[in-house]
Formats: sequence, structure tokens, C-alpha cells
Amino acid sequence: MKLSGSEIILKCLEREGVDTVFGIPGGSVIPLFDAIYDNKKIKLFLTRHEQGAAHMADGYARASGKTGVCIATSGPGATNLVTGLATALLDSIPMVAVTGQVASHLVGNDAFQEADTTGITRPVTKQNYLVTDVGDISKIFAQAFYLARSGRPGPVLIDVPSDIQKAECEYDAKPDASIRGYKPSMEGNPRQIKTALEALLASKKLLIYAGGGIISSGASKELAAFARKLNAPVTLTLMSIGGFPGTDGLFIGMPGMHGTQAANFAFQNCDMIFAVGARFDDRVTGKVSAFAPHAKIVHVDIDPTSISKNVTADIPVVGDCKSVLKQMLVLLSAKKKMPDYAPWLKQVTDVAKKKPLCYKDDEILRPQYVIDRFYQITKGQAMVVTEVGQHQMWAEQFYKFDKPRRFITSGGLGTMGYGLPGAIGAKRACPEMEVIDIAGDGSTQMNIQELATAKVYGIKVIVAILNNSYLGMVRQWQELFYKKRYSGVLLGSQSSKDKKYWPDFKLVGEAYGLKGMRIERKKDVDAAIKEALASKETVVMDFQVAKEENVFPIVPGGAAIDQIIDMS
Amino acid sequence: MKHTIAAMVENKPGVLAKISGLFSARAFNIMSLTVGETEVHDVSRMTIVVKGDDKILEQVVKHLNKLPDVIKVIDFKNEEFIERDLMLVKVNASKASRSEIIEIASIFRANILDVSADTITLELTGRETKLEGVIRLLRPYGIKEMVRAGVVAMSRGRK
Repeated sequence: MKLSGSEIILKCLEREGVDTVFGIPGGSVIPLFDAIYDNKKIKLFLTRHEQGAAHMADGYARASGKTGVCIATSGPGATNLVTGLATALLDSIPMVAVTGQVASHLVGNDAFQEADTTGITRPVTKQNYLVTDVGDISKIFAQAFYLARSGRPGPVLIDVPSDIQKAECEYDAKPDASIRGYKPSMEGNPRQIKTALEALLASKKLLIYAGGGIISSGASKELAAFARKLNAPVTLTLMSIGGFPGTDGLFIGMPGMHGTQAANFAFQNCDMIFAVGARFDDRVTGKVSAFAPHAKIVHVDIDPTSISKNVTADIPVVGDCKSVLKQMLVLLSAKKKMPDYAPWLKQVTDVAKKKPLCYKDDEILRPQYVIDRFYQITKGQAMVVTEVGQHQMWAEQFYKFDKPRRFITSGGLGTMGYGLPGAIGAKRACPEMEVIDIAGDGSTQMNIQELATAKVYGIKVIVAILNNSYLGMVRQWQELFYKKRYSGVLLGSQSSKDKKYWPDFKLVGEAYGLKGMRIERKKDVDAAIKEALASKETVVMDFQVAKEENVFPIVPGGAAIDQIIDMS
Repeated sequence: MKHTIAAMVENKPGVLAKISGLFSARAFNIMSLTVGETEVHDVSRMTIVVKGDDKILEQVVKHLNKLPDVIKVIDFKNEEFIERDLMLVKVNASKASRSEIIEIASIFRANILDVSADTITLELTGRETKLEGVIRLLRPYGIKEMVRAGVVAMSRGRK
């Protein structure tokens, strides 16, 4: 039986186990939306902006480990996806975006709502396709999902002209998805793994530095077993928070610009770094020439381009983190004698004890306190999604995560506006979880329209806005490095006399038919959090926090990671 | 340092853009890039000459390999290989200088493709150094127009 291109697309999505799509229709995807109308297996979430759809698909993917799917129309619909695709690419998130395109005979014609979507999205996708024949749809979707979730995961876009959505052909249920130019190395070279392990065991001061690869390969258990077996300290990048228990005695916090004193000390004093699924991002290394001066580096990553990119690896292992760690654990179990890292571990944990993360716990309502209370009251069991800025760093610092896929944040691209749609996507993936969007007043406004999506579909998230009336992270840099010249960061009233701010987030919440709250005093925080947790629908919480609070510690941009400014 | 790399790629629209985008996004400088068909109908072969140190070369090769549309990459760094460039060059040639130019052409085994009252157009194939040598010799006569096809390369022997 012949099916239309649109019906085949839905067959392909069903085949891949997709039960949720986020998107907005438009002229060039009406045939596809028409097919969705009758579909019982795939639930469509109509978002209020295509960027919201992309971030929801991304949040859904991060929370569930499955591939997120979003749909947009041609032209502006597709260009609105770009930030969401770039966000997913930099954080290696599996996603498939389907865009409508103007009819084939109009492509290249400057037609209404035409954009060169594959051209525009080429640098922000792992791969993209322009479908030119309805008979190719099944194979292209099979390849797209395979590419999105395998190797180093990432977003893939498929651009489908409207006439191809309507054209008919036989559906090929089992197309060949193999791609001759794409064979990610999963296992890793056994000899290289053995060499790497021997080098690790020969070290005296080993630091385990794990990144997002731990989350995407599902290697938390293996990482924990490995670290405990060796009794060596573990530092996690922003992307892997929760990939090793945040309350474990071996965990020394995140490294880098807003990392802990202990983690940065460990980098600068260790003699061996075991980097696994991390990529030595500039926010981690600081000034590269002064980074980890005494360390040899064993680097495990599935993406060869991540190895020896910023920092040269002494022993590279190209492979999947989980698979490589498993092989190392087998080799370890045959070892009779383990190195003794206890003195080194003590050295590091002493720094952690002497210079812990802290904030001023006085009568003022401080943003860190709010996060701390969320952590205590939810007993660390919530899923936290963040926007981008100071609140993001505080969320990482003061909410501790013991499980993977519980801390969801735009790390690589640093996309303001990610949090709210990300949280909605995450909640759809994990409806049983309490999802808290730790937000700033600046970021939240970048996709605040998605409150309507939360309302309409009855998706409950807690939007906890730490409102300081500033674009706080930039203000902090201006305070510390630009002589307090606050240029373009004040979100409240420009007049020093009236202390007004806009919008009134409590009213915004209410305007969307949701619960709105404003919290101005420290003593009201607990009751407000409990009320929000008890609510059945989305709550917008406006915490009026200290305006000029800074994220500490901070390593100035371009400085070595031991040049730390901390709370005085 | 100049490096020559060959990449076997899917012969379909958009692939050239993906490869050139890879270079521009990372500010790698391409000195020459050629694309053409191969013995396999759906595979094209690109020959890319890049400038940079070994570290840049290593990243270029890795990034090329990472693209799903790239089937195979050959790095000629540690190989014996043959490379050729093709050039057309139109030179001013008066009655007086014409025979000198024809003599240069015959020494370098260039073909004379066109002769007019005041120009000669030569076709020359060879390694870059040879082409550059001829350009130096022809420059005093006045080069009116010149075009080079870019380098193509292949390993020696059975490989």
C-alpha cells in the first residue's frame, strides 16, 4: 500500500520509539501536521516558539536518554530552531529536527518563507538532509536517528519540501541505516586501554576528570566502581554533574572558572589526569599553558577530535566511556596491588574542608540560600533544569545530585532561555519527577511564552526565578573586571528613586492561568517552596534576592585556574 | 608547512559545503581544493592542500574523518605520492618574443593551445614547483591571464 511522505515520516518516528514531538505548524508542514492529527501513538505538543520546541526536545532527550524530536515549518520556523540545534550540538544531545521546506520546484526561488535550511544549519548539526525523493524518507530517518544517538550524539535535521510530504510511495519498513563514512569506535583498542590503565596505576596523585560522556554513555555505575576501587578524587564538568554522586567523599566538585578550590587545586597538583568523556573546555582549563603543569594525561573519548585539541593527551583512547571503563574494571580486578592514593586524597579533601563553597547566611534573602532550601526540602530528589547565568552556577554549587540526568543545563553554548522549555521537555520525559527550573529574571524572559505550553498541557514545573533585576553574570564581570561600569545589565527601573522592576513575575504567572508567587523575605522561603511542591500546576516563583551577589570562587577569564578570587 | 590530503566523499549535493564549512569554522586555511569523480560512480575525491603545523594537520584529518559524508581520508604526510597541478597561462607575445616563449614552452613540455597576434596561451602540467618556475620565467613578458586547476595527488605503487 502506498503512503504519503507525511505518513511515512510518522511511521519512521514510531519505528524509532518516538512518543512525543514538539513543534509549531506553518505553510510548508501542513501535510505533516495533517497526518499527526490522526496519529494515536505520537503526542504533539504545540509550543509558542520554535526555539521552545527545540529546547523541549533537548530537555526531553537529556532527561530520558532518548532522542528528542521537534518540528518546524520552513523559513522563520527553521531559523528559529538554530539556537536550539547549536545548544544540542555543543552538549552532544541526541535530537532530530524535521522542517518543512517550500515545494521542490520553488526551492532556490526566494519563495515565501523559504530559507536555505540545510545551509544555515550545517554548522549546528551533526548531519543534515534535504529530501529530494519521497522514496528516500524511510532510509534518511533511519540514518538520522542512528547518527543522532550513536557515537558522540548530536542533533540531525531533515528538511522535507511540502510536495514530498504529499507524494506517495511504498513504505520501506526496514531500510539500511548504515553509513559507509561513519563507524564510531565504541570498544577502544584493548592494548591502548591496557597501556592507559598501567599508566594510571603508576601515578601517585591521580585525578579522575569526568565529563558529559559519562552521562551519554550511561557509565555512572562504572565510573563510581572505578573511582572507589582506586580511592581517587573525582571532579565532574558541568555536563556530568550527577554522573558521580555529589555527596560521595571522593567527589571534590566541579573544576574551572566557577569550580571548587579543591578541584582546581587537584588539577594543578596531580601527576595524572584520567579524563573520561570530558573535553578540556576553556572554562575548565583556564590559561592552557599554566594548566595542570605536573600531570600526564590519559584521555578517553568517543570523539577523536576532542582528544589533543586544547590539551595534548599522553595516552589517547578513542572509545565509548562505558565500554572502556568496563574493560578497565576487568583488568583492575586481576590486579593484586592497588596504588595508595589516600595521602593524595587527604591533601585534596583538606583543601575542600578549608575552602568549601559557601555564602553569607545572614538576614538578607540570598540566591544561594534559596537553592540550598530547595535542596534540603526536596532531599536532593528533584530534577533541576537551569537557565544560564549566575543562578546556573549556584544551582550547580548548592544543589547536590546523586544520580545522572537530574541536572539539566546548557553548558557548552550557554543558552539563555533554555531553562523553561528544557524543564517542560524534561517533565514530559519524567512525569513522576519534581522538576525545578532554577532561573534568572533575564534568562526566563527569553522563552517565557512557553508558560502557555505548560498551562495548556498541564505540565507542572516550578519556575524559581532568582530575581536580582540584573543580567547578573555580566554585572558581576563588570563589577570585578570593568570598574563597576554597569553597561546594559540593569533590567529594572533606570531611575534610582523608584525601585520598580518589570515584569511582575507573579502577575505573569497568573496571566498564564498559573500560580504566581513573590517571596521577599528569607523566613518565607520554606513555606513558599512547600506550597509550590504541593501545587498541581506550574508555579512561577519570584524570589526577590540580593541584587549584587557574586558567584565565587571565580577564576578571571584567561587566568590560570589557581588564580582564584573567592569570598573575602 | 604545506600538507596534501585526499578525501573520498559521497558524491551528492551539499558535501562540498560541509567540507569547506569545516575549514572555515576552524579558521584552517585551504591553499587548494579540487573535486572530481573517481572510479566509483557515487564517490568523489577531493584533494586538499592546507597550510599549518602538524597539530593543525592532525585536527584537519580528524575532523574530515568525523563527517559522515567522508568515506576515507588519505594523509600523504608519510607517504610517497605523486602530485600534479594544471595551469593555463596567457602571455604577451610580440613578434620578437614569440620564439623565446615557444622555447620555454618546449623546455617545460607545455602545450601551446592558442596563438594570436600578440599573445600565446600555454597549457602546463606538473608539480607546483615546476609551475612556479615557468611563471617566474614568463612574468617578464607580461602574464595577461592565468588559471590553475589545483593539486591532485595519488600514492605511488600498489597502495
